[in-house]
This record gives sequence, C-alpha cells and structure tokens, in this order.
Amino acid sequence: MEAAAEPGNLAGVRHIILVLSGKGGVGRSTISTELALALRHAGKKVGILDVDLCGPSIPRMLGAQGRAVHQCDRGWAPVFLDREQSISLMSVGFLLEKPDEAVVWRGPKKNALIKQFVSDVAWGELDYLVVDTPPGTSDEHMATIEALRPYQPLGALVVTTPQAVSVGDVRRELTFCRKMGLRVMGIVENMSGFTCPHCTECTSVFSRGGGEELAQLAGVPFLGSVPLDPALMRTLEEGHDFIQEFPGSPAFAALTSIAQKILDATPACLP
Amino acid sequence: MEEVPHDCPGADSAQAGRGASCQGCPNQRLCASGAGATPDTAIEEIKEKMKTVKHKILVLSGKGGVGKSTFSAHLAHGLAEDENTQIALLDIDICGPSIPKIMGLEGEQVHQSGSGWSPVYVEDNLGVMSVGFLLSSPDDAVIWRGPKKNGMIKQFLRDVDWGEVDYLIVDTPPGTSDEHLSVVRYLATAHIDGAVIITTPQEVSLQDVRKEINFCRKVKLPIIGVVENMSGFICPKCKKESQIFPPTTGGAELMCQDLEVPLLGRVPLDPLIGIQEFCNLHQSKEENLISS
Repeated sequence: MEAAAEPGNLAGVRHIILVLSGKGGVGRSTISTELALALRHAGKKVGILDVDLCGPSIPRMLGAQGRAVHQCDRGWAPVFLDREQSISLMSVGFLLEKPDEAVVWRGPKKNALIKQFVSDVAWGELDYLVVDTPPGTSDEHMATIEALRPYQPLGALVVTTPQAVSVGDVRRELTFCRKMGLRVMGIVENMSGFTCPHCTECTSVFSRGGGEELAQLAGVPFLGSVPLDPALMRTLEEGHDFIQEFPGSPAFAALTSIAQKILDATPACLP
Repeated sequence: MEEVPHDCPGADSAQAGRGASCQGCPNQRLCASGAGATPDTAIEEIKEKMKTVKHKILVLSGKGGVGKSTFSAHLAHGLAEDENTQIALLDIDICGPSIPKIMGLEGEQVHQSGSGWSPVYVEDNLGVMSVGFLLSSPDDAVIWRGPKKNGMIKQFLRDVDWGEVDYLIVDTPPGTSDEHLSVVRYLATAHIDGAVIITTPQEVSLQDVRKEINFCRKVKLPIIGVVENMSGFICPKCKKESQIFPPTTGGAELMCQDLEVPLLGRVPLDPLIGIQEFCNLHQSKEENLISS
C-alpha cells in the first residue's frame, strides 16, 4: 500500500505530532499519553501510535494491555479506549503473544513494521495523532519520519529531564530534527522537581533548569516543566486517566498548560 | 564504511544482495556472492584482542533512563579503587553516549597509535571509550542505521588498544536491538562473564526488563543479577522516605523471584546524601560480581 498512490489511512488525520527525546527514560510515553488525554478532554479526537518496538509502554499506561488488534477492510483497526471512540491506540505491544517476549530485531525489520504501522492502521477521522518514539536517533526514527513526511506532521515535541546528561542527548535530538526537516514545536522538561509529601520541601532530584536553558540556547519554545508527581506515577502504573482523576495534583496544571499550547499552535483547518 | 540502502536486509540474511532494495547498493555483488554468510573475520580478531581482558560485564536494561550509564560509571570507579586492578569502560550507546559526561571527560579526543585507538584515561587504571569522544560538537547527532552502528561497535572491540585489563564494563543503550545483538555476537567466542541488568521499581520498567532477561536467555548470556535503582527517595530536609517510583507490582524483588535471577541490591534516589552511600553500595555489589 503506497502512501503516494492513494490518500491512505492517514487522510482523515488532521494533525500529527511526534514525541521525541534522544534520551531514554525521560517520560516520552508518559507525556504522549497525558498529552493525548488532555487533548481529548479538550474535546478532540485523538489517536496514539506507539512505535517503540522494543519497549512498548503505552498499552499499560492506558489500561489496554492484552487487548487484541482486529483486521478491518482498510487494514488494522486501532484499539479504542472509550465507548465514544474519542481516543485510540496502536502499539506493537498488542501484537506480542506474550508480554515478556522480547522484540529482538535489527533495523530493516523494525523499519518494515513501522511503515506498516503508519500506513495500515485505519485511524478514521482524528484531530490529533500523537506518535510516541523510542530513545535514540536511528532506524525507527528515520523510518517514522520518512513514512509520515507525505502527511506533513505539525512537528515534534521534544522531552528532556533537567540534568546535563539528558540535555546532552536532547541537543543531538534537536540537530536530528533539523536534519530531517522536522519542526520543533517545543521542549518539555519532565521530572522537574519533587515535593516531599511529608514536609513539602521541593527537591531538584534530577538537577534543575536544563530544559529551559536548552530551549533558549536552541531558539525553540519552552512548553513547560512537569514535576515528579507520585499520583501521576500511580495512574500510569494502574492504567487510569490522570487528567480526569487528579485535577488538583502538581503535574495536572503543567500537562494541561502544555496541551493548551499545542492547541494554540495548531493552525486552523480549512473548511 | 559504505552507505547501505534504507531497506538493507542485512549482509548475513538469505536475501543479501538479492532483495529489491539491494539494487544499486555498492555492496550488492559482494552480498549476492554469499560473502556475508561466511564467518565475520572480525569475530576472530576480537577474540584475539580480548585475550588480554580477564572479565567482561555487560550493563543492560531494556528500559531507558534507569541508570545504566550511572551504574556503569560507578562500578568502574569502584573497581578501580584498587590501583592494581585495570578497568576498561566501553560505551556502546552510539546515539546517546552519556559516559563522557558522567565521567567528566567531555571534550576529550581519541588518539590513534600504531597499536590502535587509545582509550581516554580518567585514572591510570581506568580507561574509557565512547563514540562521544569522536564527535566534534555536543550538538552533533549520530543518525546511523543498524549496520553502521554495528560497524562502530566492531571497531571499538577490535581496534581499541585496551592492553591488559581485569574488568571490561560495557554500557549499552536501552532496547534489544542491533547494538545488543552485535556486542553479544562479537564477544560470543571471547566469553562474556555476564550481564548486570538495571531497573527502577515501577512496572513500566519491569515490563521492559523482563524482556531483557528473556533476551539474555535467548542469546545464552549469563545474568549476574538485577540492580533496582531509584529505589526510594530520602528527603534532604526531613529525612523521611518517599516512593517516587512506586513498586506497584512488587518491584525488582518480586520479578527476580519470579524469574529466578539474583537481586544484587537497591540504590536510592538521594541527590544530596547519596554519593557516599552509593559508593558503599557499589563496594558490596563489586564483591558480589568478583565472587560470581
């Protein structure tokens, strides 16, 4: 199924956002999930494409692990997470027979699956498709961007944590975006401080300030800092909707503000 | 290193040189002749090179950001405290090389001599190699596909002049992909002592780490044990413990019981107090490693 030959399954998707980092473990999947939930709470129809083939985290974060993927006449049907079908998900996690099975593939095989994921999932009409990526700047990233290029993604949201070792990798990721012709919508600094629940002292567990400094240095927007929030951690472990369940918690304000900035940065569609 | 096409099936695959994507590739004729299927001479060369390396330990995870590089660096420093022990730290995270920064070696360059590449020595008995030393700017991105990354790892193992080494610690990127397959393949005949697998307590890490454990079993890589990092946070003000990354599914302890792998220890998240404790914890882990 060549993307150039026919509109394909992404024709009904209005805006595509990639969530990148370069550094592992900074919270790309968390931010992808929460951004999708926040956009959905703002009344948008959202899909999430999880192209982390080795470590697909998103099914569990949304309580969807073990769900089956069905074929329809247009390809694979994404897994809908709600009755209203306002949020859907596709991940290699759904294709694994056993959750502990390792996907031990070299680049070419990963590229082939990513192409399929991009072209063969029948998303239908979506306002936003959030694409979660694995860490690095390699096969998966190049394959994803090349496969999505005909659909003109809105851009990339780049996630970092405050400390130098993350910022170092994220600088490289910004270079990658530039080389691949992918616009950087902004930087999100995750795990930005922890407020002790016993005494309310805020500690910069992973140092501080790196994300904002990097945004200034690189001349890209700084979208916000998300603090370490045990309520957020728990809902991700348990697969619940954090945006719905914890409106008073520290990370909620940051995440909804980031979603609002994405909404504001989205060009209005032609009727 | 010649460029390979985007859909390169792999030099050692059955489709090598015959696939549609092979058309126009400079290596097509070579692959079609079956040359890729013959044993890689580099494996023999690496086996020879590794004869001067007594112990080889891989630090793996599957999950990113759990502290592999941090652990590798501290383990290397801890082992190097004995001046009579020669330690080598090899960073095969090609896209995200963290070791130079963690070891305070940013900006260092690698020198070539007649006997190969010289590692960068942070101490007389602790040499380090990373792709980070080959980049001219901190903004340089390494945007390489699998075959090129594999080539770099091959060079690191074959062309670096480590000399006589007691412990080679190999820090890996997250995942179970090219880099991991390559390092296991290249070192297979040289004997790897085993893997130390790093995790954090929460399920989102453990689910990737279980895959990594299965990967190790698939490729017959012995598992020395698991380290649970970021295990509890001690508030520097009130000294009370909180679980930032709660072990909602039993943490590494339960996973290790289920999968019958040793739990080597837990390391807390303690930005202010932790350095000394961290080193002490590593002393005991090193003793475990040395005796295993």
